[in-house]
Amino acid sequence: MTPLDQMLLWFELYSLQERYISVLDNDQLEAWPELFTADGHYEIVPKENADAGLPMGIIYCNNQGMMRDRILSTREANLYEPQTYRHLVSGLIITPADQGMVKMSANYVVIRTNQEGDSIIYQAGRYEDQVINTAEGWRYRSKRAIYDTLRVPTLMAIPV
Amino acid sequence: MGHHDLHQAELPPLAIQFPRSDGSRVPYEVFSSPAIYEREQERIYRGPTWNFVALDVEISQPGDFKSTYVGDTPVVVTRTPDGSLAAWVNRCAHRGAKLCTLPRGNATSHACLYHQWNFDSRGNLTGIPFRRGQKQMAGMPPDFDMKAHGLQKLRVDSYGGLIFASFSDTVAALPDYIGNEMRPWIDRIMHKPIVYLGCTRQFVNANWKLYFENVKDPYHASLLHLFHTTFNILRVGMKARSLPDAGHGLHSIITATRIEDDNSSAAYTAQDIRSMNEGFHLEDESVLGYVHEYEEATTNHIQSIFPQLVLQQIHNSLVARQLLPKAPDQFELVFHFFGYADDTPELRELRIKQANLVGPAGYISMEDGYATELVQRGSLREGKSSSVLDMGLSQPDQQDTLITESLIRRFWTGYQALMAL
Repeated sequence: MTPLDQMLLWFELYSLQERYISVLDNDQLEAWPELFTADGHYEIVPKENADAGLPMGIIYCNNQGMMRDRILSTREANLYEPQTYRHLVSGLIITPADQGMVKMSANYVVIRTNQEGDSIIYQAGRYEDQVINTAEGWRYRSKRAIYDTLRVPTLMAIPV
Repeated sequence: MGHHDLHQAELPPLAIQFPRSDGSRVPYEVFSSPAIYEREQERIYRGPTWNFVALDVEISQPGDFKSTYVGDTPVVVTRTPDGSLAAWVNRCAHRGAKLCTLPRGNATSHACLYHQWNFDSRGNLTGIPFRRGQKQMAGMPPDFDMKAHGLQKLRVDSYGGLIFASFSDTVAALPDYIGNEMRPWIDRIMHKPIVYLGCTRQFVNANWKLYFENVKDPYHASLLHLFHTTFNILRVGMKARSLPDAGHGLHSIITATRIEDDNSSAAYTAQDIRSMNEGFHLEDESVLGYVHEYEEATTNHIQSIFPQLVLQQIHNSLVARQLLPKAPDQFELVFHFFGYADDTPELRELRIKQANLVGPAGYISMEDGYATELVQRGSLREGKSSSVLDMGLSQPDQQDTLITESLIRRFWTGYQALMAL
């Protein structure tokens, strides 16, 4: 891969990441599962468990249907204070692996604002992702949000 | 166990009045008063109670330790070299520094960062740098008694793989404290070796007792947690139990069990997915799967052992929730997930999947923290007003129901006795 190819790839995956945070931060939650492959995995796990090799987290989906279920429940079933996320993402590192799959990692911070306008640093962490190029473009085959902010404030209604 | 078992010295009354003696009216100031919070630390957490601190399997090896809390007092629980348990206040006996600064680990000795006073895993003082001085410089006084300067130790014991600690010299032995009514329900869950699967934490801006009310409140389950009704998973006519312990009433168990008539097919027992009616449905219903593991096909087992434990089985999700007060208007929940050592890979995967049901992002639990915050906010300036807990009041002994606030009333009468209110 030439340096220019590498730069183009980085830029494509950066754009995927920008699209990802855009749908979450701008109330387009139904578009969120579509950024994954049909058999995609998504999970949010605390750093203490990830470091210890323990599996438990707060959200775990092992297919796209589970992600749509999560959004349906967020929309229709669960009760929570209206809120907005703003993702700040930095430090994107990409590592091409086998068979067209690319590993990526990045830092994230989510600032959560409630309906009274109070903003808190809701969660800091890092993404560990695997992406593949599909007919629709780059999609997440796996995304792990590994969070440093171990004590989740009040609740989590929207994926990070 | 009777009220007398929790008897402590008389205290001057706080200016807080419970309008009725049956626990059905609770003045809101108990959820925000700093004086109440202070008294709770002394009379409850440092009083005649056993406080859940860890699972046995979290500290299974000699030297394993875990930093945690009894009330808001930092404590460390350890596995000593001979395999027994110990617990001590996480405060150096020298100058008061927090001694153990790691959340968990393995060590046969614990040295304070400040002056390197050294303690064994039981909390005994084993070393003081320059104790004998150096050259012409004097050390500690010759009569300094190492044995008298260990860490402050707590009683510690485990039941069914659950470790509890107590500051009290007078509290009943742990099995008696848990009591005859509650032990079989712990035995039900903890009947074979378990594996620790990790913990998650939730921080809520509300008083800890609002959460205790919540886990003694089967009435709210289908009303607050609309996931149940949206996806048609709460069956009317489930067999229900709402049982307190027979003594102080501070412990309780709530269960909901599907009725066998609903499951007419024998093949339905191995892995059972709830069917959906019209309207909304889940694409992947496996999150609501249920593998039979117990004699009774109870899908919800919510058991509180006062004051720091809620033992939970929801479908195949197994959790020991530790409830920790942080301030009059703050508490933390630590969800200790576990499975059984003999889980099949499929069953283990199901437990991980069903973590979606519980915890801070739980489909049928995320509202609990929010609801307690709403009470905290709504009642802050209404300290002399009271909540109304009359549901099921006319049949106070009815236990085969989910439409009741009887367990909450029992909680409050037990709480008043313990707190001398």
